Amino acid sequence: MQLPDPENLLTEITLKIKAQIEINGIDNSALVGIYSGGVWIMRRILESMQQVIPYGLLDAALYRDDYAERGLKAAPKPAQIPFDVQDKHIILIDDIFYTGRTTRAAMNELFDYGRPASIQLAVLINRGGAQLPIAPNIVGAEILLKANQSLQLSQDTKNKLHLTLEGIIEN
Amino acid sequence: MHNPQLDADGNLKHLLTIEGLPKKILTQILDTAESFVGVAERDIKKVPLLRGKTVCNIFFENSTRTRTTFEIAAKRLSADVINLNVGTSSQSKGETILDTVDNLIAMHADMFVVRHSQSGAVHFIAQHVPDNISVINAGDGRHAHPTQGLLDVFTVRRYKPDMHNLRVALVGDVLHSRVARSEIHALTTLGVPEVRVIAPKTLLPVDVEKLGVHVFHDMKAGLKDVDVVMMLRLQNERMSGALLPSAQEYFKTFGLTQDKLDLAKPDAIVMHPGPMNRGVEIDSSVADGHQSVILPQVTYGIAVRMAVMAILNGGSPSSLRASASEQTGGGA
Repeated sequence: MQLPDPENLLTEITLKIKAQIEINGIDNSALVGIYSGGVWIMRRILESMQQVIPYGLLDAALYRDDYAERGLKAAPKPAQIPFDVQDKHIILIDDIFYTGRTTRAAMNELFDYGRPASIQLAVLINRGGAQLPIAPNIVGAEILLKANQSLQLSQDTKNKLHLTLEGIIEN
Repeated sequence: MHNPQLDADGNLKHLLTIEGLPKKILTQILDTAESFVGVAERDIKKVPLLRGKTVCNIFFENSTRTRTTFEIAAKRLSADVINLNVGTSSQSKGETILDTVDNLIAMHADMFVVRHSQSGAVHFIAQHVPDNISVINAGDGRHAHPTQGLLDVFTVRRYKPDMHNLRVALVGDVLHSRVARSEIHALTTLGVPEVRVIAPKTLLPVDVEKLGVHVFHDMKAGLKDVDVVMMLRLQNERMSGALLPSAQEYFKTFGLTQDKLDLAKPDAIVMHPGPMNRGVEIDSSVADGHQSVILPQVTYGIAVRMAVMAILNGGSPSSLRASASEQTGGGA
């Protein structure tokens, strides 16, 4: 399977995110990246923006629904939400949308900081397989994958993004 | 040798003492605590990790601060908390420790936080509980007070991140102090190269050097060029016999005053596990001075206790964890 170049997908979602910020009004907007991939993507988007926009970082590990089974094996990264969430239009950024459970956890965490005016979700790739009634609003590409396949985003030392697909590839 | 605190996979099962815990586990607790520090600054000071779990604080010995910080920590993790001051309950009517514990197990508690005046009592309870219950030692006799030791090294690491380049002095009643023992084990495990203890001979355990510390009987020599001064409380309630001439005399020789503190490095921090005896082991102006991090210690204590509870309670037996991890991968 030919994977798309994540750099092209980044360019595409950056345009869409900027358009959405335009609609929401920059004074009422904020970006929040989910570790690790979402934070890489958010930092690239911030670099490309002319205006200053508040932003935050979330891990969401403390809100996940699989804690009882998996525990907290790796230390979660501290959340950093240095702006007032109340009444903000927040664009949540993640690399790959799959089950929707990370998004749910991140939304729950955001609500503990205040009541945002809206939350939208931007992702590089929607790989299909949502287990909750949650879907991304801004998507770079849709690639339907099976449960035994694993799609990973990585970042090299020059901050360039790469995609790798592991597992059984049938088509 | 089997460490009763770890499960078969080397994960933390109970927290009884820092002695013998690998550096990896200590670092995991401290790193996890970092993510809990910010929780207290949110609108809603709670995360849902222990929702639906019941934490039992069983205190066979009185404590206000430790019990309160464990209670706040559990509540910030969304657990339900039951406080049992056993001194004032059934034990005074003749119930044994194990009967007390069995009753709490029958009430479906998930975690026990235990303080006891006898060294080893908490180990005894940990050996007795079923697999699904974790036990945290909140201080047993003169033996250990692991969460205090952890919060102290967490505080040190926050102010002095380069632990491999530090000189730390513990001052005071090392003999009666379970805090001192836990601090020494934590500091040496995390790679602090020089740990000093400064105390009169009567307040030092025999063979204290075997813990890997340098012994001083003179404050001026001991405090020279240290980065961290950890004061210990003079434990009047544990003293029997005439170990000291008087509190005034002790303050003159071993009390921390600004003059003595000036011998340490100019950016040295001053710590105290509380409760403080002002004018006995520490001068008020030092306790409230700009080098004091005594109140941040209390704040960090909650984050560290949240981290310990979150690590202990997360994850079921290893077989379940393995099957769950197979289902993850590639975002979510």
